[in-house]
Amino acid sequence: MSEPQKQFNIHDYLREYMFPHFLCPGCGHGIALRALLWAIDELDIDRDRLAFVSGIGCSGRLGAYIDANTFHVTHGRPLAFATGLKLARPDLEVIVITGDGDCLAIGGNHLIHACRRNLNITCMMLNNEVYGMTGGQVSPTTSSERYTTTTPYGNHEPVFDACALAEAAGASMVGRELTLQTPGLKDVLKAGLAHDGFSFIEVMSDCTEVFGRKNELGNSAEMVLTQKASVRPDFLVDAVDQPFRPHQIKTGVLAKKDRPEYAASWRNYVETMKRERDHA
Amino acid sequence: MPDSAPSDTVNLPGNHACALGAIAAGCRFYAGYPITPSSEVAERMSVELPRVDGVFIQMEDEIASMGAIVGASMGGMKAMTATSGPGFSLKQENLGYAAGAEVPCVIVNVMRGGPSTGLPTRPAQADVMQARWGTHGDHPIVVITPDSVPEIYRETIRAFNISEQLRVPVIMLYDEALGHLIEPVRLSDSAEVEIANRKWASQPTPDFLPYASGDDLVPEMVRPGDGFRSHTTGLTHAESGFPTQEPELVDQYLQRILDKIDVHAELIERYEAIACDDADYLVVAFGITARAARRAIKQARDKGIRVGMFRPITLWPFPVKAFESLVAGKRGVLVAEMNAGQLITEIERYRPEGCSIEGLNRIDGETITPRQILNSIQELAGRE
Repeated sequence: MSEPQKQFNIHDYLREYMFPHFLCPGCGHGIALRALLWAIDELDIDRDRLAFVSGIGCSGRLGAYIDANTFHVTHGRPLAFATGLKLARPDLEVIVITGDGDCLAIGGNHLIHACRRNLNITCMMLNNEVYGMTGGQVSPTTSSERYTTTTPYGNHEPVFDACALAEAAGASMVGRELTLQTPGLKDVLKAGLAHDGFSFIEVMSDCTEVFGRKNELGNSAEMVLTQKASVRPDFLVDAVDQPFRPHQIKTGVLAKKDRPEYAASWRNYVETMKRERDHA
Repeated sequence: MPDSAPSDTVNLPGNHACALGAIAAGCRFYAGYPITPSSEVAERMSVELPRVDGVFIQMEDEIASMGAIVGASMGGMKAMTATSGPGFSLKQENLGYAAGAEVPCVIVNVMRGGPSTGLPTRPAQADVMQARWGTHGDHPIVVITPDSVPEIYRETIRAFNISEQLRVPVIMLYDEALGHLIEPVRLSDSAEVEIANRKWASQPTPDFLPYASGDDLVPEMVRPGDGFRSHTTGLTHAESGFPTQEPELVDQYLQRILDKIDVHAELIERYEAIACDDADYLVVAFGITARAARRAIKQARDKGIRVGMFRPITLWPFPVKAFESLVAGKRGVLVAEMNAGQLITEIERYRPEGCSIEGLNRIDGETITPRQILNSIQELAGRE
């Protein structure tokens, strides 16, 4: 007989003395945080063992609201700090919260090497297509033609597909979901947390305040519905392209493979080395 | 140090002595990136760390290796990285984080000629000011500058002890010549090495403030997993650990992290004074240049010039009190350094009335010779 499932209560995981939070009305980041804490709750991870490492930007500020061990580090470097933390303390459940600028621009090098190493770290990248905190500048994921404060005539740079990048660099679990699909997002994050290796999860968030407004994308509800129309959920991923548009973005768990987890590999290496030395 | 039995003594290059000093001090995490002339520190650490259940990792760049050691130290391990000029420039970002969030760590800078890629295989002492002011903002830092291979070993241990006790990044600053110089080093028994560890907060209480401190101005450190669930940030923070912009709290925080260096001056400051008491003149030199100066002052004394040497072992904070008392009444000071004149600007701040201060500088990638120093001493003395 299993115990009746205890209801997830987000208040159990928040530092409510930090409220009111600083996110703008309509921002999707709070929903992403809810999904992440929900996933943690369902996996019943001990809060004292939770270590959140976040970078700079709107995404980076989320850590301060979580009642756990939280490290708010430098711009683009949360994966570098998390690498040291996880190798020093494999007993901790290390979760990185980052954004599209933090993770793909200034932190791009750290991302590809974190994917390659395959430490057991869950990396949640909040993609709102813009540098929100600094006032709405273009980012590596800003869609074509979009207006930002540094693309006054529209964006003409190509866009990064963060999940394709992570998968190509070797991430052993890759996923993507919309904030609109909160239970689905929770499930993707849960799969990432449960995966023994580096998990990269892109959350398609929305920035109504400095991005949506400039591009006349409507209010938050309208923005997420536009997002919904642009994705192809995972149960339709293998469907034939027609009548789906080929450029539709895939969501759900996009890649999963078994590769040796690096902290465990390192410890095996140390043990083997010591055994060989003892026998020598 | 007492005379040693030959079996304890090994011939080591400076960079290996640094690595072994770190291991002796309890360093169990190293992250680095290859760069001449410091790579032998990483190479030796990659040999030693697996033997002591430590972690060695070569990161994707200098920034990441600095981030990784701070991350490991936040997790509770003593951690170090090593680099040289161009890499030291890249370390500055996360070094500032360690200074602001008060995360212990040791950074080795084996100096080569600059600016930019400069002279990768030649010595220089041109990072005196970068070591002090390389990262932005007012920040506490300790810089140690040994002048021999045995001293690199001993001072690396001391660097860890200071870093752990004061929760401040400590920089080991020496040049390419010392990094590659081979000298006999007496390795300490683990029993005789004095090891200092950071203070850990023991009991989480509801009103616990992770950045509150006692009179020593050093807050106890919080180990993740011990139930504190506290926040660490590079933003200016209150005693709670959370960001603040309240002028009073900003001032309190910044003043405390700066003052903790002054409060512990005795622990930090170290210098060597040779033949200063009866001297009319002083040579100020550190690192490899101090070795040349040591010979030069002997030769000058043979010629009847009363000259002594002041060698800062702790370069920053500069041992002001000791220097001021030694320089009092001197007629002249010669500052010899392998740069265009960096330490001299600090020395000039403490110039006594009637004392002339001259610089001897070399920026061609060669070390300063005893003869150059002797000539400069003679010039300084002859001018009067």
